[in-house]
Amino acid sequence: MTSSPAPAPAAVPGRAAQLRQRYLTAALLVVPFLALYVLFLIYPTFRVLQLSFTNADLTGNGSYVGLQNYVRLFGEPTFWTALLNTLLFIALTAVPNTLIGLGLALLILRLNRLKNVVLAAFFLPYVLPVSVVTNVWNWVLDSNFGLFNFLTGSTVTWFQDPVWALPSVAFVTIWWTVGFNILLFIAGLRNISPEIYEAAALDGAAGWRLFRSITWPNLWPVTSLILLLQLIAQFKIFDQIYLLTQGGPFDKTLVLLLYAYREGFQQQRGGYSSTIGVVLMAVILLVSVIQLRLLNRGEKS
Amino acid sequence: MTSSPPLSPAVPVVRPAPSLRRRLSHLPGAVVTFLTLLLAGAWVFPLYWAFVTSLKPENDTVALPPTLWPTTIDFSAYTYIFENSPVVRWYLNSVVSSLIITVLVLLLSMLCAYALSQINFRGRRWLYWLILAGFMIPFQASLIPLFILVNKLGLVNDSLGLILPQLAAPVAVVIYKQFFDQIPGELGDAARIDGASEARVLFSIFLPLNWSITFSLAIVTFIAAWNNFLWPFIVMNDTAKLTIPVGITQVQSAYGVAYAKTMATAVTAAVPTIFAYLIFQRRVTEGVMATAGLKG
Repeated sequence: MTSSPAPAPAAVPGRAAQLRQRYLTAALLVVPFLALYVLFLIYPTFRVLQLSFTNADLTGNGSYVGLQNYVRLFGEPTFWTALLNTLLFIALTAVPNTLIGLGLALLILRLNRLKNVVLAAFFLPYVLPVSVVTNVWNWVLDSNFGLFNFLTGSTVTWFQDPVWALPSVAFVTIWWTVGFNILLFIAGLRNISPEIYEAAALDGAAGWRLFRSITWPNLWPVTSLILLLQLIAQFKIFDQIYLLTQGGPFDKTLVLLLYAYREGFQQQRGGYSSTIGVVLMAVILLVSVIQLRLLNRGEKS
Repeated sequence: MTSSPPLSPAVPVVRPAPSLRRRLSHLPGAVVTFLTLLLAGAWVFPLYWAFVTSLKPENDTVALPPTLWPTTIDFSAYTYIFENSPVVRWYLNSVVSSLIITVLVLLLSMLCAYALSQINFRGRRWLYWLILAGFMIPFQASLIPLFILVNKLGLVNDSLGLILPQLAAPVAVVIYKQFFDQIPGELGDAARIDGASEARVLFSIFLPLNWSITFSLAIVTFIAAWNNFLWPFIVMNDTAKLTIPVGITQVQSAYGVAYAKTMATAVTAAVPTIFAYLIFQRRVTEGVMATAGLKG
């Protein structure tokens, strides 16, 4: 890893000068990225913590109010609604998305000639902008003229129905993103060496038993990675919800980030919104740490 | 499925007819294959449906029963949106900003990763950890301070304000670093002894070795930049300065229920990423795997 620099030939000017030269080069290469990184990612991360103890507006002006934002947040029913909806949304997407991804990966891998075409069919939605996805599904699930209600005879207004709104957004999300999981699962499945299967087949194992004793345990590192990526992604859910339901009806689809957006950008409460941001960050960091631990266990190091 | 033209007339390919038993044992497999194909068809059908709708005259979109293909192909929805909304302008904004983001993300990440991997300086491990930590930081959680900062810099409604925060992504640095780490250091040392400058070592030795990963990353970065919604949505308020994924959400509300036009804008916004994917399928796959922390 560490490539020691060329041993200094005798003729070269002083070692100190050479060292300075090397540090200068390194700085020149590192600084452009690092400056942007610190300014636009690291600094806001610390600043959100600081802002969460203020009553700042969107210009950043305000005074310290101690724990007031936190006290208010935890006493605010809307916050609990948003948290609950976020968790509900995760339940409706993370596990189903992972399982459907695995199922589809298994189905695709057993194909021969059409493998790439079928994979493309499932992956294609993933490369679309979110607003294209929501526009398309608004049309397909339109209560009056939509194809889905026409075919099924349903009259449900999917994205405005208190019961169906959240599951509908979850469904659209799965349609949009499952291709990513399929891809990772296919990679994971290909990494399982065929010899293990052959050995098991010689021992008379087949079908379901092969899956349970070989595929599933060997696939677990990939599965846990996907589950946790899903978990983190869905905690940050905003785009689809904002575009499809705007948190309605009656806050039934209000999620944490949307709540933070409303409080911050619509109500101009920068400090209070930052408090929601801190809670969101804390939860995601916690999940990430768990992810890192699980991943490191799966890797060779 | 394989309909190869008959080479010689009336000479069927001689293949022993499979026994009935054998054929039956293939049956469940065939059924599963058929169902898989059906499911794949259903999966892309909404996209087909959006495309077909965009080619219909507005009245036909709400006709019952719906027609599965347009009886007459009608481009009026497209001409309407191109003439009556800033779609072209948004398109240009998206193309320019996504290209700039792609080039700069790759360039800055490569330079940084090269130094971290190939130049021996104190603190580089520490720096690498700092950058790795960025993986865990959700920028969405600190949207407010980010907006306040960009606002203070006077970059709200400015393409610099759109682009700069998107360059702070640590993923490409980590991928490049891992790539450079696999290249034996002697390769660079040999050139340095011959008097090559660090820039020469990077651009004439290391860069040609990583074209493939660069290309994969470029495609994935471009698609991600094109599709980015939240930050452009926050930082751009001026209608003329929107990117296309944000812009088309405004068109929809402006038309009311006018699905041919809405679908025409959706199709227009989706074209670049769909083409990028269909043409560079393998690259996209590679790039996605690399960014997810898995090697294909």
